[in-house]
Amino acid sequence: MTGRVAARWRRAVAGVRWYVREISGDADYERHCRRHAREHPGAPAPTRREYELWRTRRREEGPLARCC
Amino acid sequence: MPETGTRAPRANLRSVLTWSAVAVAGAIAWAVVALARGEEISAVWLIFAAVASYAVAYRFYARFIARRVLRVDDTRATPGERLEDGVDFQPTDKRVLFGHHFAAIAGAGPLVGPVLSAQMGYLPGTIWIIVGVVFAGAVQDMVVLFLSMRRDGKSLGQMARDEIGKVGGFAALIAVFAIMIILLAVLGLVVVNALAHSPWGTFSVTMTVPIALFMGMYLRFMRPGRVVETTVIGVALLLLAIIGGHWVESSSLADAFTWSPETLVFCLVGYGFVASVLPVWTLLAPRDYLSTFMKVGTIVLLAVGVLVSAPTIKVDAVSKFADSSTGPVFAGSMFPFLFITIACGALSGFHALVASGTTPKLIEKESQVPLIGYGAMLMESFVAIMALVAACVIDPGLYYAMNAPAGVLGSTAASASHAVAGFGFTISPETLQSAANAVQEKTLIARSGGAPTLAVGMSQIFSDAFGGLGGKAFWYHFAIMFEALFILTTIDAGTRVGRFMLQDMLGNVWKPIGRVTWKPGIWITSALVVAGWGYFLYAGATDPLGGINQLFPLFGIANQLLAAVALTVATTVLVKSGRLRWAWVTAVPLAWDVAVTYTAGWQKIFSDDPRIGFFAQRDKYQDAIDAGKVLGPAKNMDDMHTVVLNSTVDGVLISVFLILVAVVMLNAAWICLKAVRAGSLPTTETPYVESRIGTLADDPRAGELVGAGGTPGRT
Repeated sequence: MTGRVAARWRRAVAGVRWYVREISGDADYERHCRRHAREHPGAPAPTRREYELWRTRRREEGPLARCC
Repeated sequence: MPETGTRAPRANLRSVLTWSAVAVAGAIAWAVVALARGEEISAVWLIFAAVASYAVAYRFYARFIARRVLRVDDTRATPGERLEDGVDFQPTDKRVLFGHHFAAIAGAGPLVGPVLSAQMGYLPGTIWIIVGVVFAGAVQDMVVLFLSMRRDGKSLGQMARDEIGKVGGFAALIAVFAIMIILLAVLGLVVVNALAHSPWGTFSVTMTVPIALFMGMYLRFMRPGRVVETTVIGVALLLLAIIGGHWVESSSLADAFTWSPETLVFCLVGYGFVASVLPVWTLLAPRDYLSTFMKVGTIVLLAVGVLVSAPTIKVDAVSKFADSSTGPVFAGSMFPFLFITIACGALSGFHALVASGTTPKLIEKESQVPLIGYGAMLMESFVAIMALVAACVIDPGLYYAMNAPAGVLGSTAASASHAVAGFGFTISPETLQSAANAVQEKTLIARSGGAPTLAVGMSQIFSDAFGGLGGKAFWYHFAIMFEALFILTTIDAGTRVGRFMLQDMLGNVWKPIGRVTWKPGIWITSALVVAGWGYFLYAGATDPLGGINQLFPLFGIANQLLAAVALTVATTVLVKSGRLRWAWVTAVPLAWDVAVTYTAGWQKIFSDDPRIGFFAQRDKYQDAIDAGKVLGPAKNMDDMHTVVLNSTVDGVLISVFLILVAVVMLNAAWICLKAVRAGSLPTTETPYVESRIGTLADDPRAGELVGAGGTPGRT
């Protein structure tokens, strides 16, 4: 019984962690690497620093939608 | 969404019983809220009524719109799937996208309007927030999101041009830009009124700039991409800044952070310009992380606080100002002005810009449109209900002492107490002063704009619910800080959006200025946008009649006129695509919205009552100037001339808004007529492409959905 409760807690914590990483964009880099590996097999993936620089440059070119 | 028809009968019975129970619970809550007279009711009833209504509306009405009216189709590939590029287009987990969309639509708007509307009692505001969101606001957001999704994420302006025509499209574009300028000015004014002469608030809000700069540096050079970690550090620093504000207030630095409204206006204008021209990573992006975190955190805290402390509502269900035009907070009768004052939370046209921009490009499946479009708007409405609660739990005497114009209240506790007695409420000078002392502000008199009132209400709820923790003063400044943070985020993001719009428009005339990378172009257009809202902000901050009660109606009308444009586009597409029989879904809220905004606009232009009509006000003050007299609350001839100028500008502006939106609607009516005659007309919907997500065993992108990697709750 306690094992089931503990497992449920672990799942809940993992769920929150997953959500926070997804919504903040922390997880974007890993996804980009997987995509890169699929589309350009063999080519080295960009480093995290390169990826983030590229992403900010992309953000520069569009507005950030924020409402009242 | 599984088809109910394929479910086992037992599940159906359970569903029927559950939803019947929700409906009954909601009806009981509504009965208590609406029928209680002469006794104080618990705020929890308002929350119950709201949540039960949202649940029923989401389960039945949103689903009806999705299936019957929009005919969502999960076999059809969304633009996120078809055009996936890993950046702009990307199928995203619906829960993650819901969070993104909510963070983008909800800001300070739903916190301000309901606070001001408490002047009419809690009931009219509650009904409008809930009924408005269910039948108008959430419908608008959801339908616009759907239409944009079926057009590869086109903006509202583009859809207006494509579906209505060049004239309507151009009018819509100008209207969007002009409305944005007013919106930024009014939000800026809320911050100015909250921070003026408050060293604690000013210090902690000022500190958000170096904190954001530090976060930007940290994210760029030390820990690229670690947003969560950076945000946690930023929030910790932010809390230190609030505590530090307390220290500053009682130190010799207090004078250095005691700023007049005019100084604050210039700081805001300077800030808006700098934030618009600096690279996003330095200031804008990190501030946005902070603001989003604080937004969600505080909203959750407020919901828990209301449920734990279960405060009682101190105002009447319907106040005496509801059926007279004499309210001190905003002038005019309940119809149309209550419905103008509460825009965000019930029906906010600005959402149409978000719903037609980023979000539609990230949707994974069409059936998720109700959750994201309708559901996120229900959440915003819930925030508005809580803001209303926070305003209604404070003593009405204090409420009016804080929200009536300074010219009426005077500057001393005695004069304010006297003025409040004139409105028919009581607050002794001592109580007024001790309320200010409790939150460690010099005064709470005439702190209009909604933010300080909300902060007082929240401090009361939080200190009741969570006790200690520095008492009311800490929570008051916490609330001021988080509102200012929201608003500054809207101001810097809004200035950038305005800059892009202006670059786009001017780029048609002179190419170089349209290039988003050409620095002088960025500077010129940023300066123009900032000058636009800066002018109205300055005029509001120095308005002898009180800027908020002059400008807030303008903001509400502007925002809901934008909703009229969005609902017009939506109705036109429904009619053009041969769905005339379902067009009432957007046409009815449109008719209501037009009735409200045009009645309000008409009164603002043509009313003989100088408290309502801008031109009547202008004439009254101009006549006095001609006769060499000074009319209160103006103190001298300069004030008199300011009033004349401001009322003229406001009156002309409102006329321009009404004409522009009328052009859009007339153009649309013509197109609809043609469509009805022809049965249907071609629309710009992108052709059907079959979706491969979740339908094929060899889905090439399996596991590449945003959030799909190791989703614990995903089956």
